[in-house]
Amino acid sequence: MRILSLVLVNLLRHRLRAFIGVAGISFGVAAMLTILAIVTGAIGMFERILSTDSHYLVFERNVSDLFFSSVTSDQVASIRERPEVEEAHPMLFGIVAVGDHPMVTCFGIEATDPRLATGEWLAGDRAMFGVRDDTLYLGSRAAEFLAVQAGDEIEVGRGTFRVGGVFKNENGFEDGGVFMPLSMAQDFFQRETASSVVAVKLREESTGPTFKAAVEMDHPGIIALENREFSQSYNSFKILNFTAWAVGICAFCLGGLGVANTMLMSVFSRIREIAVLRVCGFSNRQVTMMIFGEASMIALAGVLVGFGIGFGVLAVMEHTPQFQGYVQASITGSVMVGIVITALFTAVAGAIYPAIYASKVQPAEALRYE
Amino acid sequence: MSDRGEIIVRAKQVTKSYDDGRITVLHGVSLEVRAGEVVGLWGASGSGKSTLLHLLGGLDLPDAGTMEVCGLDPTREVDRIELRRHQLGYIFQMHNLIPDLTVEENVRVPALAIGTPRAETAKRVRELADKVDIRHRLHHRIQDLSGGERQRTAICRALMNGPRLLLADEPTGSLDEKTGNTVFALLKEMAEQNNIAILLATHERRFAEQCSRVLRVRDGQLSEI
Repeated sequence: MRILSLVLVNLLRHRLRAFIGVAGISFGVAAMLTILAIVTGAIGMFERILSTDSHYLVFERNVSDLFFSSVTSDQVASIRERPEVEEAHPMLFGIVAVGDHPMVTCFGIEATDPRLATGEWLAGDRAMFGVRDDTLYLGSRAAEFLAVQAGDEIEVGRGTFRVGGVFKNENGFEDGGVFMPLSMAQDFFQRETASSVVAVKLREESTGPTFKAAVEMDHPGIIALENREFSQSYNSFKILNFTAWAVGICAFCLGGLGVANTMLMSVFSRIREIAVLRVCGFSNRQVTMMIFGEASMIALAGVLVGFGIGFGVLAVMEHTPQFQGYVQASITGSVMVGIVITALFTAVAGAIYPAIYASKVQPAEALRYE
Repeated sequence: MSDRGEIIVRAKQVTKSYDDGRITVLHGVSLEVRAGEVVGLWGASGSGKSTLLHLLGGLDLPDAGTMEVCGLDPTREVDRIELRRHQLGYIFQMHNLIPDLTVEENVRVPALAIGTPRAETAKRVRELADKVDIRHRLHHRIQDLSGGERQRTAICRALMNGPRLLLADEPTGSLDEKTGNTVFALLKEMAEQNNIAILLATHERRFAEQCSRVLRVRDGQLSEI
């Protein structure tokens, strides 16, 4: 029997307490995993919307959110004329109410936009996109939750439109969205000639800095960012990420308090036992290591259970129709490592006071303790 | 006093009080115990027998006086750990075994503290269990044992790391007469076989009289009988 086995035996002897500690950590892990996976997935989907077949994103400088960004059609034309540019695709974002659904994302795009070509057309003719000004198109998930098909009429905002086609897109946001020709969207949202963002594909990626400098010099009100650069600097992504970590860490703090409580209870109820270990030759360090060992085992079990719960919840959410396909979990290795480290840190931090208390147990006094 | 072995315990003018000095339990107590001796500390409850054992075992600190146990100073932390690990074994009236662990696991605890290899520990456990006739109970949990079996387990645990001194605090106090006699005889036998000194606190005169020396503890003082 090594100290590790004593740790295991101690946990098994106090199953209920150990279970409460494990539950605390596992809920923290599950909460953090779920929130981060959803947020990272959502950011990833949004990034893919913006970066479809492009190198640079051009949008209004100092804007708090891309929904409020305006790049005029003159500016789009100017960008297209740059020698470095192979293609430029303007896009206007908006939120529309469709039937009983008050918030559906609307994309105003041109007929040449690559996402129309890459989508799998389930109904309607892609070549007809933008030909008629009373026709819009739906992602397959949107068609599903709105319960309409090509040829039907739907109410969008205060207008009535014909559904010209339905196409399937791998991106959850796009698949749950409404697509309008750009000019129609500009009219609908009363944005005159504005686009929210322009996705730019360069002939040579190496000409990026030249393109960026030229655009920003010609049009001081707009900014051009590489896709990667945009992801790192976009405030909404930062806020989402920060919120996800903050909520996750709060969940862990609760788990940590659970571990602290479990370990304190465990130490208090074993005062005599700890004194006996000291009498048998255990040093302060060994007693401390035993308590930390127990907390670490609780954390480890909590991480395993928490990952199980988290992955289970994500699987259910991804297949729940009510989420309209907006949940596309993305779990990176760094997130997993971050969660494991946070769980271990929380559990160990929660065990600090109990461990110090245990190491200071005076055998003579403790042996009188009932 | 016997002169057959080296001095294992030497205490001079040891004083201990509680409650900020209002209750003095030991008044300048001095004693010597040699290897192989079985010394009885005989006295009524509350006379200071356990306190003296606690001080010698480094479980508590004296207010005054000097102590040397197996050449170590039990008031120093470093010496205390060495004492508890290698030099002395402790037996309590209520045995203080760890519940839910088996007999074998309880006996192994001191070996765990010093990192004795598993095979060596297992061999030692079997040897000790044979000596105190508890081998058939090695895989039973403490709560399934009788009082005598528990105390025999405690004796095994105390002997696990081959101590030179056993401090036994009323080891027969919670046992019936017959079992008490058996446990006491076992302790004496272990001391003789292994040349271990035993300092045994008891309030029962019949056990005190079987010790090689008896020190009466009364009003915080020691007197040889």
